[in-house]
Parts: sequence; structure tokens; C-alpha cells
Amino acid sequence: MTYTKPLPVVDVWSKPFWEACKQNKLVIQRCNQSGEYFYPPSPVSPVTRTHDWSWVEVSGRGKIFSFVVMHQLYFKSFTDDIPYLIAQIQLEEGPMLITNLVGMTREEVKMDMPVQVVFTEATDEITMPQFTMIR
Amino acid sequence: MADWPLRDKTCVVGVGTTPYGAFPESDTYGLGADALATAVADAGLSWGDLDGLIVCRIPSYQRFAEIARINPQFCTSVESAGRFSSVGLGLAAQALVSGAAKYVALVYGNNGRTSKAKYGGGETTQWAPWGFTSPGAIHSMMWQRHMHEFGTTSEDLAHVSVAFRKHASLNPNAVRREPFSIEDHQKSRFVCEPLRLLDYCQINDGAVAWIMTTPERARDLRQKPIYLSGYSRQDSFTTASLPAPDYWYPALQKISHEIYDRAGIKREDLSGLSIYDNFSPTVMFSLEGMGFCKQGESGDFVKNGTLELGRGRWPTNTSGGHLSESYMQGWGLIAETVKQLRGECGDRQIPDCKAIQYICATNISASAIFRN
Repeated sequence: MTYTKPLPVVDVWSKPFWEACKQNKLVIQRCNQSGEYFYPPSPVSPVTRTHDWSWVEVSGRGKIFSFVVMHQLYFKSFTDDIPYLIAQIQLEEGPMLITNLVGMTREEVKMDMPVQVVFTEATDEITMPQFTMIR
Repeated sequence: MADWPLRDKTCVVGVGTTPYGAFPESDTYGLGADALATAVADAGLSWGDLDGLIVCRIPSYQRFAEIARINPQFCTSVESAGRFSSVGLGLAAQALVSGAAKYVALVYGNNGRTSKAKYGGGETTQWAPWGFTSPGAIHSMMWQRHMHEFGTTSEDLAHVSVAFRKHASLNPNAVRREPFSIEDHQKSRFVCEPLRLLDYCQINDGAVAWIMTTPERARDLRQKPIYLSGYSRQDSFTTASLPAPDYWYPALQKISHEIYDRAGIKREDLSGLSIYDNFSPTVMFSLEGMGFCKQGESGDFVKNGTLELGRGRWPTNTSGGHLSESYMQGWGLIAETVKQLRGECGDRQIPDCKAIQYICATNISASAIFRN
């Protein structure tokens, strides 16, 4: 079945992130000098403003900082998903990202609960990182 | 801080608003031209006096100037996001004090209803692949965290929406005038849980114009000037990709620590408030950040009609605001502020209105204090 949902806009800085997702790995940039992790993918470390940073595979674990249940249809491609869960996750390493909660129900979602990344292949080029509760 | 150089150095001398609703026979240029014509007449100026122009949500500043036949010496457009109403206000004040212009027209036009603006659904936006879209969803994410962190509730928000609707029922130009109850709010459908339909603003067509000048020039004009006494702004861009994890609290706190000194007006001397209300939680973030209550206590603060005209200490958004009058992205709230301070608001007039504070909580947070 053809994947019709919006695909990420992959740019020169985020390409390694999406390449790693294809390998079912979550990688985040880390500043070599301060050790601070940062996301979304950026040209320079926000600490040193230099290119002295590395891609590092992270644990894939985090907690639910916040979440919403989307009832409104903004994307036709999400018609069958409504209502669907979106969460603001704080990774163990610090950065936050927005993702979907999958494999769990609205009733199972608790604020601050631990979650783990799972990967869902969308197209040949894109694999989507999503999160689920640790059972 | 008593020497803030712009205190009372500029003033609003004309305002113009169109009706709000569905006007498919016009567009942002047409609506903007109508609002500006009203403001020019209101001020008692000639069109040739206008030598400054700031446009917002009107696609081309030069096409608009051509339509209005204005050749300014100071002109720019600002982005269409609502945070830019206060940015435009600050720019105009700086232009006037620095001598870049003598009379600045600020014109905002929106045809969001006719153009079916969705404020969401952009396929190439950052979080679209996960279906996360719309300013409402961003504020919903923030409110969910606020409820968890401080124990606030969805019902707390109802008190804001109910108060503003009561005000709108007194405003002939409001698009929604039918009062509703706390229970009605709680029964309204989720758009993006935890936010409900009655937590969302009203997208419409309409336009707003203000004309600003210096107090010396204002002496010869029709209206008594409404002074911009104080202004403060703080940006929060270091988590710009995310729903603000800090509710913009540090930025708003910084503003709260300078705005009253800058204006030379104490908080207790304010007669009312105008708070940017794209969604009801923004009002809570504003009240907490500006120190009207402690952080986390806005839910209790807004109960018992605190924000209601004729009932509470802090009549807020007497026009009905974005939630009930029309979503005019701060421009309409500041026009209402000016009308209140002139005493032109009829049934919804704040008695003995002396000073009003405008507050906008967002990634470009700002506040302004106006007085008569």
C-alpha cells in the first residue's frame, strides 16, 4: 500500500538522522566539548557554535513530557488514525522531540511514563521513529 | 529604569476596524484600505500626512501603498503571526521617536475565513510526518503539561472563555455573542485534547488600522491621544521547534519586572487588561508570567469572574477578544484598548478607565501599557 502521510523534509543536517532510522537506530548530535546533546539536527553546536560535534547512537528511551489526542483532521492521510496520539518526548539524553505514541491506548498514557522508540518503515527512503510504552 | 526613553513619547491618535465576518467580495487589501480610511478620518488627518506605513498579513506593502496612494519615508511589512502586532507597535514607536516618520499607519488585514485558512496541515512543516500541526495543538501540548505540573484543569479554561463571551454579548461587532456556561464549555468537543472547541479563537475576515504619532503633533488632531507609556519585549527562540516547555514564563517574568517601571504606572493603577487569546491557555500563561498570580495558580485566579467586566478586579478583553469578537491577532485587542481609554465602549465600557495593559505570550512575548 502506498504511504500517503507527509514525509520529513530531509536536509543536509538531518540526513544522517534519517539514514540511521533506516537501520533502526536513533542518533542524536552531541557537542564534543560540552557533551550536550541537541535536536533538531543543526549545523553547529549551540554551545560552542562550531562544527565540533558527533552523531551518537542514543538509548531510544525517554519519558512522556506531554501529549495530545488529535481529533481534528488536518491531513487526509491521517483519516483512519483519528483520534491519534502525539507526544512531546524527553529523551534520556536530554533533547525533546515530537512523535506518535503507538501500540498503546489513550487510557494507557500517563504523564512522565517511560517510553521506548520503535521504528516503522514508511517508504524505501524513510523509516519513522515512534514511541511506545515499555511493557 | 525610570528613565526609559520612550515613556509617553508616542501615542495612538486614530483607530479603524471593519466589521468582522465573511466578506468574499473583498480581500486583505480592500479590508485594510477600509480600516485605514476609518482610522484617518478618526484621527482627523489628511492622507498626505501619512509618512510611515507598517502592513501585516497584507501580501505586498507597496501594492497596498499604491492603493492608498501613500509614498512613505518609513515602510515595512511584518510577518503574519499574531506576535507581530506588538512587534509592529514597537517598531512604529521607535520610528516616531527617532524621527524616521511623523505619522505611522499600521494596517492589518485578514481574510482567513473566506480563504478557508486552516492554521494547520502544512505537508512540509517540521512535525507533519507525525500529524502534529496547528497552533492549537502546540498550545494543547503546553496546557497538558501545565495541568500535570500544577494541577490546573480544562474547566479552569472555561472561566476565561465564558468571561470573554459575556463581554462579546455587549459588543455589536463581535461574531459570537451568545453566552455559554462552564458546562457548555466542558461539553464542547475536543479539537485537540485537552483543548476543546470553546478554547479556540474565531477565524474571520476583517481589518484593523492604527495611526500613531508624537504627543506634540497629536495636539492638533481630533482625538485625545492614547499614550504608549511602556513597552517591553523578550524573545524565546532557543526551543522554537517545540511547544514551549517553560510556558514562556521566564520571558514574561522579565517583562513583568520592567514594564511597570518603564511605563511609570503601577500594576494596581491599571483599569483593565488586553490579553492575546488565540487559545484560552495563553491567557493563563500571560496572567502567571506577568505576576497577576503565582505560577500554577491561574486556575483559581480566573474563577469567580476575576476577568469579567462589572464583576472582577481585572476586566479583560472587553471586546470578547479573539475567542469571541474575532481573531484579529492582537490588532483588534489594541484597537479596543484605545477605544476603552477614550471612553467609547458603550455597554462594555470600563468605568473611569485610565490605563490598560496589553500582554502577548508567545515566542516573541511582549507587553505594552497604554494610558489616556
